[in-house]
Amino acid sequence: MAGMAQEEIEKELSRVYTVLTYEDYEAGLKEGRLFGLKCASCGKITCHPMHVCQWCSSRSLERTKLCGEGELTTFTVIRVPPEGFEADVPYIPCIVETKEGPCVMGRLDYDAERATPELIGMQVKLSGAYTYEGDKYSGGAHTCPVFKVVG
Amino acid sequence: MRDVAIIGIGHTKFGRASKASLELFSESVLQAIDDAGVELKDIEALFQGAALAGFEEGQVMSAAFSAADLNLGPIPATRYEGACASASIAIRDAAMWVGSGEYDMVIAGGMEKALTMGTLFATRTFAMACHAPTEGPVGLTFPAVFAMAAMRYAKNYDIPLEKLREKMAHVSIKNHKHGALNPLAQFYKKLGALKLEEVIDSKMVADPLSLLDCCPFSDGASALVLCAAEEARKYTDEPVYILGTGQGSGGPLSKMEDLTKPVSRISSAKAAFKQAGLTPKDIDLVEVHDCFTIAELIALECMGFFDWGEAADAVEEGQTELGGKIPVNMSGGLIGKGHPIGATGASQIYWIIKQMRGEAAKGNQIDPVPEYGMTDTLGGDFGTLCHIILGRSKRKK
Repeated sequence: MAGMAQEEIEKELSRVYTVLTYEDYEAGLKEGRLFGLKCASCGKITCHPMHVCQWCSSRSLERTKLCGEGELTTFTVIRVPPEGFEADVPYIPCIVETKEGPCVMGRLDYDAERATPELIGMQVKLSGAYTYEGDKYSGGAHTCPVFKVVG
Repeated sequence: MRDVAIIGIGHTKFGRASKASLELFSESVLQAIDDAGVELKDIEALFQGAALAGFEEGQVMSAAFSAADLNLGPIPATRYEGACASASIAIRDAAMWVGSGEYDMVIAGGMEKALTMGTLFATRTFAMACHAPTEGPVGLTFPAVFAMAAMRYAKNYDIPLEKLREKMAHVSIKNHKHGALNPLAQFYKKLGALKLEEVIDSKMVADPLSLLDCCPFSDGASALVLCAAEEARKYTDEPVYILGTGQGSGGPLSKMEDLTKPVSRISSAKAAFKQAGLTPKDIDLVEVHDCFTIAELIALECMGFFDWGEAADAVEEGQTELGGKIPVNMSGGLIGKGHPIGATGASQIYWIIKQMRGEAAKGNQIDPVPEYGMTDTLGGDFGTLCHIILGRSKRKK
């Protein structure tokens, strides 16, 4: 007889495919924590969250917490903003290579007029989070990490 | 797969348009049909690049309306979206469909009305091709993406940033020189004799990129008629053949190993060369995606025209000019000609074919006409890459 019992269908629907959601990742940032995923196959860390390991594509992932420290790999100073960010100008997006390995995108808390290429390579530390409340195209608010230079 | 040829080309004036994008696209299709000497009823499918039509004019499903505007009947008409590479991936797929034997003659191209949106909203919508969940809240912009790549370029090759700014400025000077000579360019008869200081001293957009390091927002459309290569000479004495194509995908910037060596671009270019059976040495000119000056340098290195870290010096030395090692963006590129993003890939092919026919503007034309040309189109922050290699004769078997 063709067809499936509703309980069977519901059981399939309950399988977990997303170990760390963006929602949980962003909630962690707001509390000063940088969450990621540890891979059971290669041992490396994925951050921001993905559905597979960013290094070996394995699906054996479990939630972990990163120390929030790392090295600034690049940045810029935005002087012409997109709509919705006019009040922030000038501001500094940056990429940080975390001590655990993966790079994350965030903002750098630093005087924009003193931001020179010598910053690249400096040690930085998670110092907070920036929440953009969103516009009608962004599907709600989103939060990114904020880093500060520690030396 | 069968070989595929391009037998007709169309291109509207780039810049600010009062017409709707559907009108611009239809104009470019009619130009292409006239150029090919074929009839609209010969067209079996339509492939249209259009990146942000929903935000520009509240128009989605634009391909179907384009087919309707031209009375093409109920043929398959599909919109392609790969940000600034939308037209190139539409053309690549069109070539696949004709190559497969499913269709004998199709239209492929693209359209955009980005200038209409104004800088603030256009910057917002272009940023939609960044990774919305993680790069969105940062307030990342496209100039910022390439500014961060420029910072890395300076660091990787130990070039003082002020020195790199001068080297990058030569890309802007060169491309504006060619754009100023091109009657269809947004900056026709403008900015043709830029001085180094003018580029360096223009308004800072995202450090170290200033306004004249950036391409403009633009309105415009471009379209091509593709047909089976064995039929091409029925319509034209000068068919241009699609010898190889490649496409690559990338992801959020933070997942890239090196912003100056995007794997998406390297693999896409390699695939195109492999399919064409050619190497960078065989290519006589390229139209590359110079959305920003630094982008032209990165493109030329990824495609294999210069070694890593050498494109900056090469541009400064004139190796990418007429008579140099590889002439680059003789149309003016995105910087001088304009960048209606959904149309750009088709426009790049249009100008390669114009060169092959000896019909580029005086001062921009390569003489003798080039045998092989190549396009490089980039969408998003290295998210969608496409390369197309063109030749005046069929692929060697």
